[in-house]
Amino acid sequence: MRLLTHNMLSSNIKGVSNGFPLRIEVEKVIEKEVDCNPDFLINMFAKIEWKALVDAARTMGYAELPEEAESSMLDSDEFLRKFHHALLELHLEEGALVCPETGRKFPVNKGIPNMLLHEDEV
Amino acid sequence: MSPRIAQIRLVSSHPEVYEPCDDSFALVDALLADRNNLLEHNPRLCVEVGCGSGYVITSLALMLGPHIPGAYYIATDLNPHAVRVTSETLEAHGVHAELIQTNIASGLEKRLERMVDVMVVNPPYVPTPEDEVGCEGITSAWAGGENGRRVIDRILPIADCLLSDRGWLYMVTLAANDPSQICRQMKKKGYAYRIVIQRSTEEENLHIIKFWRDPDCELDVKTPVTNKTFPERVVESLVSQFPQLSSWRTGGSNS
Ligand SMILES: C[S@@+](CC[C@H](N)C(=O)[O-])C[C@H]1O[C@@H](n2cnc3c(N)ncnc32)[C@H](O)[C@@H]1O
Repeated sequence: MRLLTHNMLSSNIKGVSNGFPLRIEVEKVIEKEVDCNPDFLINMFAKIEWKALVDAARTMGYAELPEEAESSMLDSDEFLRKFHHALLELHLEEGALVCPETGRKFPVNKGIPNMLLHEDEV
Repeated sequence: MSPRIAQIRLVSSHPEVYEPCDDSFALVDALLADRNNLLEHNPRLCVEVGCGSGYVITSLALMLGPHIPGAYYIATDLNPHAVRVTSETLEAHGVHAELIQTNIASGLEKRLERMVDVMVVNPPYVPTPEDEVGCEGITSAWAGGENGRRVIDRILPIADCLLSDRGWLYMVTLAANDPSQICRQMKKKGYAYRIVIQRSTEEENLHIIKFWRDPDCELDVKTPVTNKTFPERVVESLVSQFPQLSSWRTGGSNS
């Protein structure tokens, strides 16, 4: 699971009002290089919850992202490279996503989060 | 050179996972038939609901991939074996999609609202007893309950919530699902539609329908005017002031 996907996921448990962002518990992180596409990054920037991305990247062992970001930074190649790496090249391979409100864990195995709910959670 | 799609010999399998079948082939053929439009559409985010073996999402990524390098693909299935098999199929073809084991798009609905440019669905559409819907194992791959509409009717409102202003939905339906009723229902929500492929096999009469948001469609009367997007409102007020613009407005909404 890439951190862009993490940035798009929230806890879906019934009654939870503040389900974003899911906390990450890391067992294994892998890195996979992919081509950098500045247009994609510039477009995604507006849709990303920056703080959630910074915290998630740090949990995954990558602390290079600035705490705050604004669109003027997208002119910098250096910034784009870091943003690209955090968003698309870090994968949570094994671990869990934790609902910030209830502490319920959604397991991540082989890079695939399981967001299925138990009957009493829907 | 014809565009690449998934190769059957590279599609992974598991006894509990739906194998690519006539309906899967019809859906991929519809995407191929509409490929030039898709390339021009230049989708940023593509989502498949119910990816099974991964045949469809892999084909989509292969046919668009080289031309739209930045596109992001997400596929979901509630069957744990299906998401794993899909990841193997993707890897065997050298493409990537993000996989999530979930019910339709649960967990994504909040943050993906109005962000999905292309959505593809080959839902469980076979009329079956209600209690077979969503049960564990391979049955949930086809079991659609009464008229085969049980899961389809849950997917459509979610698609409406996720599709971006320029979003397109491609969906497989069976004659028994009453596709014309589905189309009327979507029209009320503001969608235009087109049957991309109609195919009768020995057992099934399949339609692959494409839906897209069309400002010309009758919106549900219950929808408050304030729900309209800003550009729609601008177009509407422009059209009311300059009636000759209305032809331009219709012209722009053909897909
Ligand atoms: C007809 S199969 C299609 C598989 C594949 N897309 C293809 O075309 O070959 C339907 C798939 O939807 C999945 N499915 C059924 N109900 C679902 C739900 N509520 N949420 C997500 N996936 C579901 C099934 O597990 C199955 O893999």
